[in-house]
Amino acid sequence: MPFMSLKFNLQKRVKLAQGLWMLYWLAVIVGIIIFSLGIFFKIELRKRSEIMDNNESHLVPNLLILLGMLSCGLNAFGGKLCHESLDPQKFSKMKPMLKPYMLLSCGFNALLLLLVLLCFLMQFAVYLTLAEGLKNAIRFYKDTDTPGRCFMKRTLDMTQIEFRCCGNNNFRDWFEVQWISNRYLDMSNDVVKDRVLSNVEGKYLMDSVPFSCCNPGSPRPCIQHHLTNNSAHYDYDHRIEELNIWNRGCHQAVFSYYSSIMNSIGALLICTIILEVRLHTGLHHRPLQPVGM
Amino acid sequence: MALMVVKFDLKKRVKLAQTVWFMYWFAVLAGILVLSLGLFFKIELRKRSELMDNNESHFLPNLLIAMGLIACGMNAFGGKVCYDSLDPIKFAKWKPMLKPFLVFCLGFNALLVVTALLCFVMRIPLQFTLAEGLKNGMKYYKDTDTPGRCYMKRTLDLMQMEFRCCGNDHYRDWFEIQWVSNRYLDFSAKEVKDRIGSNVDGQYLMDGVPFSCCNPSSPRPCIQHQMTNNSAHYSYDHYTEELNVWRRGCRDALLSYYGGIMNTIGALVCTLNPLQVAVTIGLQYVDSSLSTLANPEDIESESEGFLLEKTVKETFTDIMAKMKAMGKGTKVEEGGEEGVATPQEGGFSS
Repeated sequence: MPFMSLKFNLQKRVKLAQGLWMLYWLAVIVGIIIFSLGIFFKIELRKRSEIMDNNESHLVPNLLILLGMLSCGLNAFGGKLCHESLDPQKFSKMKPMLKPYMLLSCGFNALLLLLVLLCFLMQFAVYLTLAEGLKNAIRFYKDTDTPGRCFMKRTLDMTQIEFRCCGNNNFRDWFEVQWISNRYLDMSNDVVKDRVLSNVEGKYLMDSVPFSCCNPGSPRPCIQHHLTNNSAHYDYDHRIEELNIWNRGCHQAVFSYYSSIMNSIGALLICTIILEVRLHTGLHHRPLQPVGM
Repeated sequence: MALMVVKFDLKKRVKLAQTVWFMYWFAVLAGILVLSLGLFFKIELRKRSELMDNNESHFLPNLLIAMGLIACGMNAFGGKVCYDSLDPIKFAKWKPMLKPFLVFCLGFNALLVVTALLCFVMRIPLQFTLAEGLKNGMKYYKDTDTPGRCYMKRTLDLMQMEFRCCGNDHYRDWFEIQWVSNRYLDFSAKEVKDRIGSNVDGQYLMDGVPFSCCNPSSPRPCIQHQMTNNSAHYSYDHYTEELNVWRRGCRDALLSYYGGIMNTIGALVCTLNPLQVAVTIGLQYVDSSLSTLANPEDIESESEGFLLEKTVKETFTDIMAKMKAMGKGTKVEEGGEEGVATPQEGGFSS
């Protein structure tokens, strides 16, 4: 007994072929969307590869691009098959290609399922890469004269402004690194000498943050320096001050951005799988008897 | 003698109708494009209306939206007429409306040219609105506790960061106003009292700029305060320092942004105008070719299509004569009403 068999007359077969043909073209458009989402995701990863230590994994966007192109090709061919099934002569030409096409489609669906899993699992990799990358970015912030790192300051400042965040986990990460280059420190000054000597590694540490941590929504002009010293500023209490600088850490902010992209792509892929399965069951019913016989 | 006569047989007529129908759908898309550009421009003006004193002119985006809507409707109707022109019964329904529709199309095309011109000209009032608005924006920067102005600081900070600019013309504009609110100034401190006493208006002026003026590309951490005091910072010369804060003025930046949008929209409307003219001409040919059939019963007979029924001069004199007749007609009616009181022999002429 065949699996899930249905009875068809001529009218029903024509209607099925037409409906399938439209769905195949919808699937081609979905394939194009997957392709462009892959390119978008790749560009987004590339834009911020500097804060991910240049070793972020491009597996998911590359697979998306590949599967998008495959989907376009497969579904266009499927649409052509449907179109020609209305003409018995043309259909007899196509008949031998049907079985391999169905097998290829099954394989394609399996790949799509794998990609959905990857979309959700690779978020862990992004999380870890970001943590490491941001830590290094904050360390190299001052190295604007070192080749290969001279744009780190600009990248990190733009990231903090765009994502409204400060530091790795919070703004206190800036207190632990020297983010002013030695070129701009007057080493003959007593204050500077004291600070440099006050810690083991000889770093110029201070309780200040870069300007990009400032929150424009604060009612008062931004307080960047002497953040933990209440007496340095009039009417200021660093324990209750909330609007002065961004409270969120960039790790969380950037990760939630990428996580939302990957979740949306995963959801779209699940819808694509459902559409593809529907199409292939439809096509499977088609070739039992072509129209006109 | 008709203007620009073209001979048509059935095949040519069908091809003409199909081409014009196709072009009408492009024109509908163009209308949708103009509509969305108008909406985009309106939203952009609204977003920054705070910096323009809330009295920027929305005339141009409103006009674009209206033109886009009219274009869509008109071109959809024209397309339907072309589609129906292949069926004489359906076409007979539309025939009486065609002449006024074509005149309306001509008027619309003229309006389109005016809109394109306005896109380039309206830059000038925008310049003045921006200058005034930004000056006030900076004045109200510190008033974060005054209702109606409490978001000015945020708006201005975000704008300076987004457009990479500082101050109205130059970053020194910030030196001339007090941008720190009195709430955050310690009036018992000597330094504050000195500064306030040092100028006539009693304002706390300083040679500093807000953080949003800082340029992230600068190799050194941003120097916002005591900018003109070289000795306050190590290895700093404010005459040669270029990357520290943004050097461009915000009026210049905003004007070039909005000017760019308006130029693009103006150029687009200019390129869409020939399309609109072409479909109008096409519809005129469709209409004229169907009304001059050699044998009205036989749709396969030959016909002639023309742009104008008579030469340009004759058409013009015809229009003037019609307008005069209309004017005379109303005058005669008034005379006729007066004649009712008097004996009816005067009457009105036929």
